[in-house]
Amino acid sequence: MSVQTPRVHRAARRRQAVYWLYLLPGVIALTAVIIVPFGLNVFYSLHRWKGGLSPMHWYGFGNYTDLLHDAAFWSSFRNSVWMIVAMVVVPTLIGLILAAVLFDYIGKNVGNRTASFLRATYYLPQIMPVAVAGIVWNWIFNAETGSLNAMLHSIGVAHPPNWLGSPSTALPAVMLVLVWIQIGYPTVIFMSALQRVDPELYEAAELDGAGWFRRFRAITIPQIKPETFVITLTCTIAALKVFAPIYVLTRGGPELSTLVPSYYSFLNFFDKSKVGYGAAVATVLTLVIVVVAAVIQLLQNRSARRDEEGVR
Amino acid sequence: MTTLAQAPTEVAAPVKATRTGDRHHRGALRWVVLVGCAVIAVLMLAPFVLMLINAFKSPGDYSTHGPLSLPTNLYFTGLTKFWNTVDFPVKLWNSIWTSAAVSVLGTGLSLLTAYAIGVGRVRGRAWLVAVFLLANMLPQEVLLYPLYTMAQKVGLNNSGWSIVIIFTVIQSAFGTYLLASVLGTFPKALLEAAALDGANSWRVLWRVVFPIVRPTLAVLMIFFFIWTWNEFFIPLVMLTTPASQTVPIALSSLQGDRLLDVPTLNAGALVSLLPTLLFFLFFQRTLTRGVTAGAVK
Repeated sequence: MSVQTPRVHRAARRRQAVYWLYLLPGVIALTAVIIVPFGLNVFYSLHRWKGGLSPMHWYGFGNYTDLLHDAAFWSSFRNSVWMIVAMVVVPTLIGLILAAVLFDYIGKNVGNRTASFLRATYYLPQIMPVAVAGIVWNWIFNAETGSLNAMLHSIGVAHPPNWLGSPSTALPAVMLVLVWIQIGYPTVIFMSALQRVDPELYEAAELDGAGWFRRFRAITIPQIKPETFVITLTCTIAALKVFAPIYVLTRGGPELSTLVPSYYSFLNFFDKSKVGYGAAVATVLTLVIVVVAAVIQLLQNRSARRDEEGVR
Repeated sequence: MTTLAQAPTEVAAPVKATRTGDRHHRGALRWVVLVGCAVIAVLMLAPFVLMLINAFKSPGDYSTHGPLSLPTNLYFTGLTKFWNTVDFPVKLWNSIWTSAAVSVLGTGLSLLTAYAIGVGRVRGRAWLVAVFLLANMLPQEVLLYPLYTMAQKVGLNNSGWSIVIIFTVIQSAFGTYLLASVLGTFPKALLEAAALDGANSWRVLWRVVFPIVRPTLAVLMIFFFIWTWNEFFIPLVMLTTPASQTVPIALSSLQGDRLLDVPTLNAGALVSLLPTLLFFLFFQRTLTRGVTAGAVK
């Protein structure tokens, strides 16, 4: 760079300097609302603090070492794995099948209107405020007045379970609601991904005598890889962050069976008045999210590179 | 969307008709698949249907006939009870103005920042994009308590403005990430032509860049509006007085009420869902396009 004529260089730099003005509002806002609070949160996590005006006591990494011996903390992250199953694995698989069936079969053999109508119904839970969805499901699962048990009674089940009220059924019930909420997202994205795939690829494969399933495996899956990665990344982050459904469905209970990290830090902040401890939980959650996101991104980069080499 | 989907059908249809012999088998399969898809659609819609039939059922009717029967006669008291208990018009207005403010301010902020990164190519832009991406990934819990104390200090707790400020920044972190990559591929020729005409960077932004990225900005605005509307965690903590609460918070605050009857709850859920539903139907085409655009990026 320094070898170039200095005049051109300086002019270019002056032209660039103007753009820092455009950057200013965004950077100030980001600093005030995200960077400073994040730093403060880390600072809190190094203290024992009841919050508000009460005094803060330096505790070093004490909160973090306490976390290691906290059964509730570990079970909250164990439940995060179940949240990933319910928000990433199951919806992505079901969404892929639904998208393929809607696009390949319903769209071509029944009609595009039917396909887009079905797609809209699958997507409907996605636009519902999560709090509203949670409240309706909470009532559906209600042991005495809920619809699910009314239905079970009517087909002769004498003692249907108290879905959200007993530790053995609460987690599966919550997972069911999350699957219901999530399905529409991968379905819609995969459907638009399928439209992107060149139909000639399928025609060539069909001429070679490949059946539907072989075409699906050899053409569809590799072609829609970018979308699959985007869905995996965004949904995994969302699953690790999940809060509202837990809050309106179970509040982490019964007996902590549906506790998740975000709810656990909320609980420490406002119910237990252990702000430092809650801040430590939140910081660990952040770390986990960043690491998981980085790993997924890394896998994507590697896979993209492999594909490029494969082409050559 | 539909035009894209239709194209392959017309090409494929004649080929298939000539080749497939077992039309009976195909007809049966067609019905099995269709019924399967319909069953899933019914399961997806069931909660909405249950909500709808129980929102207009009297408590007496509910306790004698249960949640699965159709209402014997239409009952609107649940609806009015919810409307009045939570003072719904206030909540609705709070949700509308905060979401609208975030969608406009957030999109504007995203555009300015992305312009500096994508067109201005400021130094260290890769790092900047990484910071915005990271900001977008942070769980809100990690910001919550500091934001809560900061808002208290400046007197913005229990004010919709705290929501506007916080979500303008959080949403624009995503917007900047998306727009910066869009503007990074902005046609150089257009920018150079404008520069030759003597346009300064401000004029270039509004006369050259803005008209071209307007569709993307529209999608961002719709996303920001719906996301802010549905936001739960930070508003739950920030807005503790009834006068400042948004629709989802008002509904969830009813939940703890033991005296609350099921029709009122369902009517409340229905009324709280309607604005987003209408909004969705209104902007459906733009939105599906947006989901697609976000996915390919």
